[in-house]
Amino acid sequence: MSDINTISPHLKKRRRAEWLFRAYGLAAIIFCFLAVAVLFTSIISKGYTAFRQTHITLPVNFDASIIDPDGTKNVDTLMAADYQQLVKKALLDKLQIKPEDKPTRKRAMDLLSHSADTELRDLIIANPAIIGKTQDVSLTASDNVDAVLKGTIDRTVPEADRQISDQQLAWIDQFSKDGKITKDFNTKLFTAGASSQPETAGLWVAILGSFYMMLTVILIAVPLGIAAAIYLEEFAPKNRITDFIEVNVNNLAAVPSIVFGLLGLAIFINGFGLPRSASLVGGLVLSLMTLPTIIIATRAALGSIPPSIKEAALGVGASKMQMIFHHALPLAVPGILTGTIIGLVRALGETAPLLMIGMVAFIVDPPKSILEPATALPIQIYMWATSAERGFSERTGAATIVLLLFSFVMNAGAIYLRRKFERRW
Amino acid sequence: MQSSHVFIVLLVLAIAAFVVGRVRVLQLRNAGQSVHSLPFYHGMYFAICTSLLPILVLGLWMVASHYTINSWVTSALPQDILAQSQGDRSLSISMIDSLAEKSNMLSASEIATLRAGGDAATTILTQHNIGLSQNPEAFVIDAALHKTALVQSAAWIISALCLMLAMLGFYYAWRKQSEDLRTRNIVEELFRYVLMAASSIAILTTAGIVLSVLSESIAFFKSVPIASFLFGTVWDPRFSAAGAEASAGQFGLLPLLWGTFFITIVALAVAIPVGLTAAIYMSEYASSKMRGFTKPALEVLAGIPTIVYGFFALTTFGPFLQSAGAKAGLDISPNSVLSAGFVMGVMIIPFVSSLSDDILSAVPNSLREGSYGLGATQSETIKKVVLPAALPGIVGACLLAVSRAVGETMIVVLAAGIAANLTANPFKPVTTITVKIVSQLTGDLEFNSPQTLVAFALGLTLFVFTLGLNVLALHIVRKYREQYE
Repeated sequence: MSDINTISPHLKKRRRAEWLFRAYGLAAIIFCFLAVAVLFTSIISKGYTAFRQTHITLPVNFDASIIDPDGTKNVDTLMAADYQQLVKKALLDKLQIKPEDKPTRKRAMDLLSHSADTELRDLIIANPAIIGKTQDVSLTASDNVDAVLKGTIDRTVPEADRQISDQQLAWIDQFSKDGKITKDFNTKLFTAGASSQPETAGLWVAILGSFYMMLTVILIAVPLGIAAAIYLEEFAPKNRITDFIEVNVNNLAAVPSIVFGLLGLAIFINGFGLPRSASLVGGLVLSLMTLPTIIIATRAALGSIPPSIKEAALGVGASKMQMIFHHALPLAVPGILTGTIIGLVRALGETAPLLMIGMVAFIVDPPKSILEPATALPIQIYMWATSAERGFSERTGAATIVLLLFSFVMNAGAIYLRRKFERRW
Repeated sequence: MQSSHVFIVLLVLAIAAFVVGRVRVLQLRNAGQSVHSLPFYHGMYFAICTSLLPILVLGLWMVASHYTINSWVTSALPQDILAQSQGDRSLSISMIDSLAEKSNMLSASEIATLRAGGDAATTILTQHNIGLSQNPEAFVIDAALHKTALVQSAAWIISALCLMLAMLGFYYAWRKQSEDLRTRNIVEELFRYVLMAASSIAILTTAGIVLSVLSESIAFFKSVPIASFLFGTVWDPRFSAAGAEASAGQFGLLPLLWGTFFITIVALAVAIPVGLTAAIYMSEYASSKMRGFTKPALEVLAGIPTIVYGFFALTTFGPFLQSAGAKAGLDISPNSVLSAGFVMGVMIIPFVSSLSDDILSAVPNSLREGSYGLGATQSETIKKVVLPAALPGIVGACLLAVSRAVGETMIVVLAAGIAANLTANPFKPVTTITVKIVSQLTGDLEFNSPQTLVAFALGLTLFVFTLGLNVLALHIVRKYREQYE
């Protein structure tokens, strides 16, 4: 017979094992928190600088003889005028460079973004009254100037290895001493489309494309998914066909997303002749991808409604359809909403299937309908992440922050709904 | 008329019919008749009779029109064009398509200029923003005009047909309606079919995936033998552009398969231990307060789009490993197996942990209590009782995790290599099936070339593989659940 003395030598070892086992579990959880923290700090530290953009303020003389020699103020004339010349003149006057000195002139012009002339044009179109006057205008600085001021370009590197010359640095210093350099909120990031220059590239086309796709998913996948779930949960007889449908739904939920992209390419684009890179095709593919998630969530929500409610409805003479649509479905709405939002968040961040249907495209103008070419937020991240220019790196981070923000707002909505309407029967 | 306009007209007609049906039955009821169904159902009956058939016809046409019209246009092409090779013919057809798209905007005189050719024709093309690389030949213009005419007349015929069907349907409902008509039963029966159709979308999607991937794969296997695809050890699609027999072995799957598995193994080596221990801690030890903030953290990890993980691996983790390796005297490539696999592992952790958490909580408490009663500590209970009982479910969860890792695309597209290496060194880059699908389909290659079609063969491999894993895993998980229910 064993007594306490034969057990106690083991006890220490067993307690130690117990303690170790708990520590492993805690370590795993700490690892997860660490992963979340590292991921977010890394992305935010990479991207937050892109929300501010450097501008250089220059006195620009809106010379009437260049903009509008005939004084007609006709919009076409104003659109076609040579604004580049205005920019050049303002810059050269400010820095006191002789126009004949071509290499210096070019280096000076490299301080400003290539879009400086369109900025002046937009100014004139909005307010033709300033023609002939001289005004201080804040113009977007070039990618390199921006990088110097944000500290991404190291001034101590020898001039030959630096992307900006000593002379340009001197100019930048002069500008900032005069208070002519400002860092403002980067509105272009949210209003512009694709561009080969980082300082003029924006997310608007991508945001719009993502929005259209989400709309398509909501219009197609949500009704279809709910309808399918109602059938499977409430009507379907237990037979082989129903089993087959269930296996299909569960399996589709786990099919790699890229395979859905292949389906979209082969059937929607090559088969039905829908336009490439259109947000409609993207939305259709994402709908098919989201459908299983919505079906599974809706079934779970419908299944958790107590049978007493359903039977009461049937007992007072409701038909099965009336019971479902008047009683079961309204009670299942919170669960359905939560599942739908989670599906939508996944669809919002999904990239691979969209690569297959040609959404990797350089699109400057925002799409006017779901049939026009567009990109999507994750696709924009992919395209910027793979471009060589340094300025795109911080913009990739910024686009990632925007995407994460969108998905958090949606996720938070789902959690709020779940908390608010959660009901235990 | 555009199909979308017809659709809107049909919807308006349906609403009008609903109102008519409802008002008419209300009149009957007010006249003192006892009516079988509620007015709502009478309205629905009217709306359905009016719009169901036309909408079906319209939908069918929208799906089939592209293919039908194109085959009509193609069959009307001159003999010598039809006799051309596949590539030349598809070039002509794409010219016809882009011209037909804009031919509405061309006046008769402009078409005459187009026919005459020369610089004037080119000017017209640029004026109307028609993207043709050369002036169209006469047969292209003819075919384009033919196509436009076909599209227009078909649209008119379909619109007229739809409106006629709507009228007939409305007349039918008008004639049939009476106080005894059991519209509720009819409408509900019909709605049941609609629900059934919606649930069959799942089957249709699977069928669509299989059909699309399979048919293109068969086209690929016509130019490259299956054996040299499945067992080839060299992946180098570029050099077989000439289409010569001898270069068929360049589409070797094995290096890609190896790369996929190598990265998957690394990912699982991270995800399964961490995910499983986290799940054990959460379901067995954690207080409800701790679960309250740990679960959301895992959900956050699960909710991050994979492109974000890919970006992190590309810009932060890969370079970090490289410099850490350099300090330790190791030569680690920035897009090594280790960095892609590790980041993918972190991505899969919440997947493994939430599935395992569910499975562990499904183990009945009586088992635990029995074990405690015999004097076992909590960890002994978990190791010797709970885990063995949950093992089948956990295996299923791990299989699902494998399928996730194999099919994951964006992390490896950004963070794994491009070159297909057969290496066992985790510090070197490898490439995966998904990376190659992306790179073969995002280029500017002609669609019918083996270089593009191979993507579908790769997709088929991926689909078959993940399908097998999923079915097996779901079967195991389901069986396991039934065991304790």
